[in-house]
Amino acid sequence: MPEVRYIDAINQAHHLAMEHDDSVIVMGEDVGAKGGVFGATMGLLEKFGEWRVIDTPLAESSIAGVAIGMSVNGLRPIAEFQFADFIHPAFNQIVSEAARMRYRSNNAFGCPVVFRAPYGGSHGTALYHSQSIEAFYAHVPGLKVVAPSTPYDAKGMLLAAVQDPDPVLFLEHKRMYRLVRGEVPGGEYTVPIGPAVVRREGTDLSVFAYGWMLHETLQAAETASKEGINAEVVDLRTLAPLDKDTILKSVAKTNRALIVYEDNRFLGYGAEVAALIAEEAFESLDAPVLRLGGPDVPGVPFAKKLEEWFSISQEKILAAIRKLAAY
Amino acid sequence: MGAMSAKTKAKTQESEHAALGLTDDDVLEMYYYIALARALDDRMWVLQRAGKAMFVISGPGHEGCQVAAMWPMDKKKDWFVPFYRSVAACLVKGMSPADLLLGLFARANDPSSGGRQMPGHYGHPGVKILSTSSPVGTQYPHAAGIAYASTLRKTGEVTMVAIGEGGTSQGDWHEALNFAGVYKLPCLFIVENNEYAISVPLRKQMAVGSVAVRGAGYGMPGVSADGSDVLECYRVAKEAYDRARRGDGPTLIEFRVPRLGSHSSDDQQERYRPKEELERVRQRDPLKTFGAYLQRAGLLTDARKQEIADRIKREIDQATDVADASPEPDPTTGARYVFAEKGAADA
Repeated sequence: MPEVRYIDAINQAHHLAMEHDDSVIVMGEDVGAKGGVFGATMGLLEKFGEWRVIDTPLAESSIAGVAIGMSVNGLRPIAEFQFADFIHPAFNQIVSEAARMRYRSNNAFGCPVVFRAPYGGSHGTALYHSQSIEAFYAHVPGLKVVAPSTPYDAKGMLLAAVQDPDPVLFLEHKRMYRLVRGEVPGGEYTVPIGPAVVRREGTDLSVFAYGWMLHETLQAAETASKEGINAEVVDLRTLAPLDKDTILKSVAKTNRALIVYEDNRFLGYGAEVAALIAEEAFESLDAPVLRLGGPDVPGVPFAKKLEEWFSISQEKILAAIRKLAAY
Repeated sequence: MGAMSAKTKAKTQESEHAALGLTDDDVLEMYYYIALARALDDRMWVLQRAGKAMFVISGPGHEGCQVAAMWPMDKKKDWFVPFYRSVAACLVKGMSPADLLLGLFARANDPSSGGRQMPGHYGHPGVKILSTSSPVGTQYPHAAGIAYASTLRKTGEVTMVAIGEGGTSQGDWHEALNFAGVYKLPCLFIVENNEYAISVPLRKQMAVGSVAVRGAGYGMPGVSADGSDVLECYRVAKEAYDRARRGDGPTLIEFRVPRLGSHSSDDQQERYRPKEELERVRQRDPLKTFGAYLQRAGLLTDARKQEIADRIKREIDQATDVADASPEPDPTTGARYVFAEKGAADA
């Protein structure tokens, strides 16, 4: 299997989905002639034309709202938000409309839309190009939220998202676009939305992560193993609906749990995972459930030293692993 | 002399609807729908006051323009994206009085939502009425998206979406018009301007005298019509509809309508609207003005009017009984349809 970058896997999924199904369209700011600011939609305009590859006006709420209308009338839109930071004007459309359409119409209408959003801190991207938005959306029933961490999953889950009858918020950590490589089959395949996966087997404690944090966590686990701490690492992949079984099974085995996420800590995604473990795996636990999240400040600051202070590095994860193992 | 001029006038008026391509049967049926919507509206309020319904929101005064705008549309093929005052429009599009009352009573077989939404949130997949929510303005981009899909898929469908003038202050409203203007989508953007957004008057809602002028900002014609002049409403809607069908793009239409009732059953408009004003708007009631036109045209005799009223009363009584006898939703179904269910056909 050829090894490709994360961004290439995303791009391949777009090409295949559009070749496979005429009802799939792509829309967003700069997705056409430029091929997306990160290159996710490169080559689509040339192949599929302006009516299926839509350079939209600079107005995020209508990107979501128009996509919703398209989806109730036979199209399968993939709507790109240039940065997750700019999805906020579309919150109402995604939450009040896309996520609630099926429930409020008693199954008469559904919204098969994929909302793609590049998220997370990279190098020097500051408050408004670094945000993690998963907690806002994973809270909302009716919306699926995924954050694949490998090129294989990114391609397979994007193809699964396009075929899904319900709206999917597809989060891509920007740091992975060009840093993370992996083997990816050339043709079509899907990776189901829902199941989490154990990326590293271990016996001493479980670390739960997703997106770029998975890669930092795997590195930290590798270092910890040299110190005699055998960490299991679980890639959550789908944040909503959550695969509780895989989480509980892992905790039952290791009796210790740490959740790593890049978003600021308070009421972040890790809180729900921690609550789940506290409620449903209390008797397995040998230590308190720990969360490692970002500082509770309004955003990732720009200056290099401030950015490092904010970011969840493998050193910080390693420290949390040591603390948990020593409890 | 007096008799002569009345006769001449009747003749001129008669040719008014014929000149628009409407038959006598057309205008009589339009009158029937306006009267039906009004009677259903009255019934909903009575039921609410009697404690049979929790809440009512409806559109007395808006019926004329709604019936007129829906008239040129292909009821089976075209799309309608309503708002909470679209009682008459939904009836013309194909929902029955019972369909609306099932929503009012929040019954299991309410086609709009199975009793999940508040009354007035219409939707019906069978007659291509998209499900509605409560945040004002969100439906406008949906209409643009539906119309985009129609264009790409070459279905020939036209989409009509409705909103009040308060909703035109929302960003979504402007974003939708902009998008539809850029892609020349087959869409009728209707604004039913009754000069009040709950209690906030027009002068505090916008700095322009007419919503229609905003069409220019989005590269589409903007027209304004008196909602009490049902034939004029039909004329502008038909023109916009034909334009959409030809592929010439969207039209923004403002209907200036009287709001005859309070915003909803939780509102008392007497608290913020002067008595004289309420007196004045009652003169613009489209049921009266259109009825008067049909009388002048010799089409609506007293006997015919009674016949229509009797028919409507029968239909609404029957619809009320049907809705009232329908079962309430089973609480064990509360968790269904968050997502598509496995094995079920995709909606």
